Amino acid sequence: MTRNPADAFGLTVGDPTLAHLRSVVDQPDVTGTRYVLVEHVGRGGMGTVWRARDVQLDRDVALKVLTEPEPMLAREMADRLVREAKVIARLEHPGIVPVHDAGVLQDGRAYYAMKLVVGRRLDEILGDNPTEPERLRIFARMCEAVAFAHACGIVHSDLKPANVMVGPFGEVLVLDWGLARVGDAQAQEPALVRAGTEGFMAPEQKLGTGALDPRVDVFALGRVLAELSIGARETVAIVAKATAQEPSDRYERVLDLLADVERFQAGERVEAVGEGLAPRLRRFYRKYRAAVWLVGTYAVLRLGFEVVRIWMHGRNP
Amino acid sequence: MPAHEGRFPLTRHSVLAAVQSDDGAVRRLGWDALVRAYWKPIYKHLRLRWRADEERARDWTQEFFARAFEKSFFDSFDPKRARFRTFLRVCLDRFAANEHESEGRLKRGGGTAPLALDFVSAEGELAGVDLPAPDGFEERFHREWMRSLFEAALADLRQICVDEDRMHQFEAFRRYDIEGPDSSTPIQYADLARDLGVPVTQVTNWLHWARAKLRTLLLARLRELCPTDEEYREEARALFGVDPR
Repeated sequence: MTRNPADAFGLTVGDPTLAHLRSVVDQPDVTGTRYVLVEHVGRGGMGTVWRARDVQLDRDVALKVLTEPEPMLAREMADRLVREAKVIARLEHPGIVPVHDAGVLQDGRAYYAMKLVVGRRLDEILGDNPTEPERLRIFARMCEAVAFAHACGIVHSDLKPANVMVGPFGEVLVLDWGLARVGDAQAQEPALVRAGTEGFMAPEQKLGTGALDPRVDVFALGRVLAELSIGARETVAIVAKATAQEPSDRYERVLDLLADVERFQAGERVEAVGEGLAPRLRRFYRKYRAAVWLVGTYAVLRLGFEVVRIWMHGRNP
Repeated sequence: MPAHEGRFPLTRHSVLAAVQSDDGAVRRLGWDALVRAYWKPIYKHLRLRWRADEERARDWTQEFFARAFEKSFFDSFDPKRARFRTFLRVCLDRFAANEHESEGRLKRGGGTAPLALDFVSAEGELAGVDLPAPDGFEERFHREWMRSLFEAALADLRQICVDEDRMHQFEAFRRYDIEGPDSSTPIQYADLARDLGVPVTQVTNWLHWARAKLRTLLLARLRELCPTDEEYREEARALFGVDPR
């Protein structure tokens, strides 16, 4: 058996060196780009995020770089990263971080540069127990950004507090559009259909059944609203409606969900609470139309039969 | 032949497949790679988790590989149930528990020649190491495995530098990235540039080249050791990325 080749030059890698090497080998090769790496700031679903200096425009940006082991396996992830950049580029909205640039680095890893967002994630902020109006304000801004994306034909499909950043001036930004569906594109990407975060994924998303529409985001927003721990009877009802198992039982649009939250804030009656018998019956009829017709027809025929039988019995006792 | 070219050729699922091969020469190469990657983590695990003294830990390390080789321990590995690293540690713990029970009856089987392993260096690395908490042995084993992987890739890098006449690059890398973090007075780029008689930009370029090369070599080593693509990707992410949130 040969010696461990590492021993060939008496090398021992201590813990500090191991940590340092792990960090430096992951550094993207930005040679030939307009960026200079400043520091590692985090990790997203597909890659690492670095603060970088754009030397041409003399400003800091966030550089999201794919972390993938080898070109063959990286291709799918690179496609997704580029796709994410293109998705965000279509969404010019104050609640969505703008993308400046995208490409492939010298080391073969895909990247895109976006506005550097300074702030805290919603899941971190909730630990500080912000006031109820503040929690609902953040939620409303989040809904507006998502509703805008829906209007552009884009479904986020991975909404959760960790994907929302709140800036120092109260700006709310929805992040991580790596799993977003554009129109019917998800039909071509089966690997994406079941992707998402446990606890925020709608049942149809978990099962990977059928095309996903904006109601998966309604579901996730309902879960986010639950995380805000408002606790009022009305918000509990709103959460229940938004997170209904059947997509048809949820709010049709994010703006409908937001409108109900705003009704709650204004002290008005929310749609999700106190629904009368008639609307409930209408919903029941829409859901079980065939069964209602079947039972109804049987009941009418049976009644007719009984009337005829009694009438015949009366004539011939 | 350069060491990095003489290594087991890079193929999918290479090491584990080679260990299970019918061809004796291929099997031997597979075992060689497997032993190189795991002997230190195994030795250290036996010392820390099983409190084996130096002599016993050496014997058990040798015996574990000998018995795994003879009895084809790894044939029952199922990638759907665990990572190979975890599977191997479970095998090791089972082996150590049996050895512990049959104290004094240890017999080295099959006339297998003992492996030439540098236990002295492994023992030196254990000096001053705190005993992990009872639930920390898995993490410790992982870290030692990672350390072995980096050491092997660093040796590959050095060999490439020797073969390609790039020892200046390696010298800069050794002083800044290998020795620097462990030093109480980390060296600066400017110091290195002065010592090596080159501009600072040259040091930057050299370090960049060495880091990128090390990354490639690490992934090649990792590719050899992981039995499935999925495990390879997970290990690569765990190796390079920060902890997923």
